[in-house]
Amino acid sequence: MEGIYLTIVLCPLAASIVAGLFGRQIGRAGAHSITIAAVAVSFLLSAYVLKAIAVDGAATYNAAVYRWAAVGALTMEVGFLVDHLTALMMTVVTFVSLCVHVYTIGYMHDDDGYQRFFSYISLFTFAMLMLVMSNNFLQLFFGWEAVGVVSYLLIGFWYKRDTAIFANMKAFLVNRVGDFGFLLGIAALLMYTGSLDYVQVFGHAERLSGESIEIVSGMQWSALTVACICLFVGAMGKSAQMPLHVWLPDSMEGPTPISALIHAATMVTAGIFMVARMSPLFEHSVTALSVVIVIGATTAFLTGLLGLVQNDIKRVVAYSTLSQLGYMTVALGASAYAAGIFHLATHAFFKALLFLAAGSVIIALHHEQDMRNMGGLRKYMPITYWTSLIGSLALIGFPGFSGFFSKDILIEAVHASTTPGAHFAYWCVLIGVFVTALYSFRMFFLVFHGEERIDPHVKSHLHESPWVVTVPLIALAIPSIVIGWLTVGPVLFGGFFDEAIFVLEEHDVVGELGAEFHGSLAFVTHAFVASPALYLAAAGVLVAWFLYMYRPGLPGQISEKIDVIHRLLVNKYYFDWFNENVLARGTRCLGGGLSRFGDQMVIDGGIVNGSARVVALLSIVVRNLQSGYLYHYAFAMIIGLAALIGWLVVEL
Amino acid sequence: MNGLPILSILVWLPIVAGIVVLALGSGARAGQGKVVALAATVLTFVLSLPLYSAFDTTTAQMQFVEQIPWITRFEAYYHLGIDGISLPLILLTTFLTPLVVIAGWEVIQVRAAQYFAAFLILEGLMIGVFAALDALLFYVFWEAMLIPMFIIIGIWGGERRIYATVKFFLYTFLGSVFMLIALIYMYLKAGSYSILDFHALPLTLNEQLLIFLAFLLAFAVKVPMWPVHTWLPDAHVEAPTGGSVILAAVLLKMGGYGFVRFSLPIAPDASQALDWLMIGLSLIAIVYIALVALAQQDMKKLIAYSSIAHMGFVTLGFFVVFSIAANSTGGDGARLALQGGMIQMISHGLISGALFLCVGVMYDRLHSREIGAYGGVVNTMPKFAALMVLFALANAGLPGTSGFVGEFFVILGSFQASFWLAFLAATTLIFGAAYTLWLVKRVIFGEVTNDGVASLQDIGGREFFMLAVLAVAVLILGIWPAPLVELMEQTLGNLLIHVSQSKL
Repeated sequence: MEGIYLTIVLCPLAASIVAGLFGRQIGRAGAHSITIAAVAVSFLLSAYVLKAIAVDGAATYNAAVYRWAAVGALTMEVGFLVDHLTALMMTVVTFVSLCVHVYTIGYMHDDDGYQRFFSYISLFTFAMLMLVMSNNFLQLFFGWEAVGVVSYLLIGFWYKRDTAIFANMKAFLVNRVGDFGFLLGIAALLMYTGSLDYVQVFGHAERLSGESIEIVSGMQWSALTVACICLFVGAMGKSAQMPLHVWLPDSMEGPTPISALIHAATMVTAGIFMVARMSPLFEHSVTALSVVIVIGATTAFLTGLLGLVQNDIKRVVAYSTLSQLGYMTVALGASAYAAGIFHLATHAFFKALLFLAAGSVIIALHHEQDMRNMGGLRKYMPITYWTSLIGSLALIGFPGFSGFFSKDILIEAVHASTTPGAHFAYWCVLIGVFVTALYSFRMFFLVFHGEERIDPHVKSHLHESPWVVTVPLIALAIPSIVIGWLTVGPVLFGGFFDEAIFVLEEHDVVGELGAEFHGSLAFVTHAFVASPALYLAAAGVLVAWFLYMYRPGLPGQISEKIDVIHRLLVNKYYFDWFNENVLARGTRCLGGGLSRFGDQMVIDGGIVNGSARVVALLSIVVRNLQSGYLYHYAFAMIIGLAALIGWLVVEL
Repeated sequence: MNGLPILSILVWLPIVAGIVVLALGSGARAGQGKVVALAATVLTFVLSLPLYSAFDTTTAQMQFVEQIPWITRFEAYYHLGIDGISLPLILLTTFLTPLVVIAGWEVIQVRAAQYFAAFLILEGLMIGVFAALDALLFYVFWEAMLIPMFIIIGIWGGERRIYATVKFFLYTFLGSVFMLIALIYMYLKAGSYSILDFHALPLTLNEQLLIFLAFLLAFAVKVPMWPVHTWLPDAHVEAPTGGSVILAAVLLKMGGYGFVRFSLPIAPDASQALDWLMIGLSLIAIVYIALVALAQQDMKKLIAYSSIAHMGFVTLGFFVVFSIAANSTGGDGARLALQGGMIQMISHGLISGALFLCVGVMYDRLHSREIGAYGGVVNTMPKFAALMVLFALANAGLPGTSGFVGEFFVILGSFQASFWLAFLAATTLIFGAAYTLWLVKRVIFGEVTNDGVASLQDIGGREFFMLAVLAVAVLILGIWPAPLVELMEQTLGNLLIHVSQSKL
C-alpha cells in the first residue's frame, strides 16, 4: 500500500513543480493537463483506498516513509497513518480539488498567472494530503504550515492589488498566532510522552491527565489540558475560530476557486480534523472540551450574524463558512467528533458548490461582486441558479439534503452533551439555524430574483458560464443532495470511525443518537416532530423572502432603527479595528521605540559612543601632562622628589 | 587519515591562491585573477567533500588530526583536527565562499584582485579557526581573520565605512583580548595550549567564572548578543555584498562555535551558574531584537537584526541544557536543544547569506538599500522574486526549509526547561514572520512604485545560479536534516556528558 500512498501524495507535488518551474515551456494547456491528471490520479487512488478500508475492511496502515532526523532516543519520521478518518478526508480533499482544478480552466482563462495558479493549487493539494495522512506531529505541523503558505501565496495571487497583499500577510500572521500555540502544544506532548508519534502519544493520554504542570506559580494545571488547549489554539487559527477568525473574510481577495478549495472545503477544516484526530487526548480533558465548545458556539452564532449585513457575495459565503466551522467546533466540544467530521464532509461539498456558483456569477458579471448590482439572474444562468439553490438548501438543512443530516445530528448531539457550556452552545447553534437560513436566502433572492440591477452594458451579453465551470457545479451539486442520505447510517452510526476516533463511554452522544436511528427516511420524518431546527430554518427562509422579495424597502428601515447593532455588525464587532490600531500599530511603535531609544540612544549613543567620548575627554586631560615644556617636567620631578623624601623622613 | 593532510590543504590552498591573485594584480591580468579565485574556492569545496564522506559518525574523537611542533618554547603545536561540531561549519565555509566569488564577479570593478584575494585569505583563516586544536593557533587564526574583513568593509564599503570598520574592529578586538588572557592563564595551569587539555583541566568555580566571562566577551561580540550587537547592523550596512554574506554566514558562527568549543566544556560549572544570564540575553535577542527589526527602513539593517534574533536561538539552545537536565522529565530535551543550536547556525548561514545576496542583487541595480525605494519588484523580476520569497519564508522558519529545523528543536527542548521559556522563544513564529513578510510585501509585491523598479532587469544566469544553489541547500536541509543531525550526534552527546560532570 505504501506505493499507493506515496503516489497519492507525490503526484500533485510533481505536477506542481513541473507547472511552476516549466510553465512557460509546457504552456497553458500543458499546465492544466498535467496538474488535473495528477490530481485525478490522486482522487481515484484515494477513492480506491476509501473503498478498501470502508468496504473491504483493510487494516489501518501506519508506517514511516523515511527518517527525518534522530536525536538521542527520539526519532522523527515522515510517515502515513491511513484509517477511516484519513481515507474519508483524502477522498473529500482530492475530489474537491479536482473539481476546482477543472473549474479554474474557465475562471482563470484570461489571467497572466495561469500556470502559476495551477502550480499553487496542486502544491496545496500535496500539502493538505501530507497534513491529513500524517502519523506524527512533525509532519502534521509541516502540512499545517505548508497549507498556510500556499494560502498566503494564493490570497496574494493578484499581487498588484494592495488589498490582496495586505490580506495575505494578515492571514499568514493570524495563522502564525495559532501555530504558535500549536507548537507549544506539540512541545508539551513531547515533554510528557517522549515521542512525536500519534500512537505512542495517545498511549500516554490517560497518564498525562494526571500529570500536572505549573505555569503560573502556585497553580497546578493538568498537563493534558494545557497541551490540548495549546493545540486548539492552532485549530482556532486554521479553522478561523474567534478571535482568530479575522483573516478568513479578507482571504476572499484571492481568486474564487481557491476560496472554494482552501477557504471553505479543505484547509480551514484542518483544525476540525486535527481535534478529531486528537480525540484520545481531548477526551481526557473536560476543561479543554469546554473551551472548545464555548469558542465554537460563540463563533457559530456571532459570525453568522455578520453574514446578514454583507453586500459582497463572496463575503456572505465567507461568513457562512466561519459560522459553519463554528458548528463543527461545537460538535468536537460535545465529544461528537464523528458528527463534526460528517458535517465537515457535507459542508465541503455544498460550500465549495456555493463558492464556485458565486464565482460563476462573478465572471458572468465581469468581476462584479456587489449583490446590490445583481438580481434576476435566474433566467440568464439556469445551471448556476439551480445548483446555487441546491447548495443553499443543503446549507440551511432542508430535509433530505446532505446538510440536513449533518446539522441535525450535530444539534441533537450538543443537546445531549454533558460538556460544561453545552447548554449555551445548544442555544447558539439553534438560533444559528434561523440566522443561516436568513443570510443564505437573502443572498439567493438578491442575486437570482427580484429587480435586475445589473449594469446594462454587462447585461447585453450576459450568459451562462462555459462547461468547465458548470460541470464542476453539477459534480458538486449531486453529493450536496444525496451524500447525507446515503452515508449517514453507515458513516455516523455504523461504527465507521470506531478505530480512528476515541470517545469515552460517558461522552458518547453520537452513540446515544445512533440507538434511536432507524434509517434515513425515518430520520427525516422524525425531524418534523422532534426538532425545532427545521421550523427555524423555514422561518429564516420566509423572513428572507418577506424582507427582500415582498417588502424590499424594509431592511433599510430596520437597520436605521437598530443603528447601534447595525454599526456593530458592519464593523465586524471592531475586531479588525482593534487588531490594526492597537495590536499591529502598538507592536510597530514598540519596535520603533526600542530601536530609537534602546539601540540608538542608550547602547550606541550612551555606551558605545559615550565610552569613546570619555576616552576622548580623558585624553584631553592627560594630554596636558605631556606639555613638552622642560620646566613642567623639572617641576614635576622636584615635587616628586620632595614627596619621596618627605615620605622617607616620616617613615623613618 | 590516508596520509593526505586534507585540513592543511583546506587552510593553505585558499591563502596561497589569494597571494597568487594579489600578484596577478588588478591591471591587465585581473581577469585571470578572478578565474584563479573561482578555481581555488571551488577546488577547496571539492576537497572538503572527502571530510564528509570519510567522517566517522560513530565516534566523538577528533578526526583528520595533524600535529607538528610549532613553537616548542611554549608547547604550542600546529595541531588541526575536526569533530562533529567543526565539520559542518567548515563545509558551510567552503560551500559559501565560491558563491561569494560569483556574487562579486561582475560587480567589483575597483581593485578586483585585492577584493578576491581578501576573501580567499579570509576563507583559509576561517577554516583554520574551525580546525585548530591548539589554542594559540586558534587565537592567531581568530585575530588574523579581522584583517581581511576590516579591509573588505573599509575599502569596498559604503559611505560610512570608516565608522563601521572602526566600530567592528574595536568591538571584536576588545573581546578577543580578554580571551587571550584566559587562554594564557589556562596554558600556565595546563602546561600546554591543547584545547583538549583545557577541556580536561580541573578548575575552581571562581577560575571558571572568570574564564567564562572572558570568553563571553569575545564570543558575545561575535554572535552578537545583546547588548554588544550594535556593530553588526552598521558593519552590514556598509559592507559590500560579499562581505555581508561572509559576515552573516560564517563570522557570526565563530561566536557560537566558541561557546561549544571553549565555554561549555572548559567551564561547565560556570556555564551552569550563569545560564540564567545567557538564557536571558538570548531571549532578549529573540524578542527585543525582533521588534527592533520590525522598525527598520534599510533592508540590510533589517536582515542584520533578523540575524541577531536568529542567533538568539543558537545561544538559547546551548545554555538551556542545564535547566532541561535539572527537570527530571526531560529526556532528550537537552540533546535536542544542542542540536537545534548547531543546526540553526548552519541554516542561518545559508538563509542570511542568501538574503544578503538578494539585497545585493537589488542594490547592484538601483544603488539603494532603502525599503521605500522599492515596491512591486515582482513585476519586473519574477524569477528573482520567487527566490527571494522562498528565502524569506525560510527566514520565517517555514517547515520544509532549513530555517524550521533549528528553531523547532530549540523550542521543543526549551519547553522541557520551562513553559515560559518556550513561550517567549516561540514568539519568533509571529514576530519573525511579521518583519520578514512585511519586508516582502513592501519590496516585492504591489504595483511598480517608481521608474527605477520599472527599469529593473531580472536576474541573469550568474545570479540565478548562486541563489538557486542556496535554495536547493535550504530545501534539502529542511526536508531531510538527518545527515546533518547524524554528523553531530556523537560529538554533541559527548559534550553533553562532559558538561554534566562537574569539574569541582
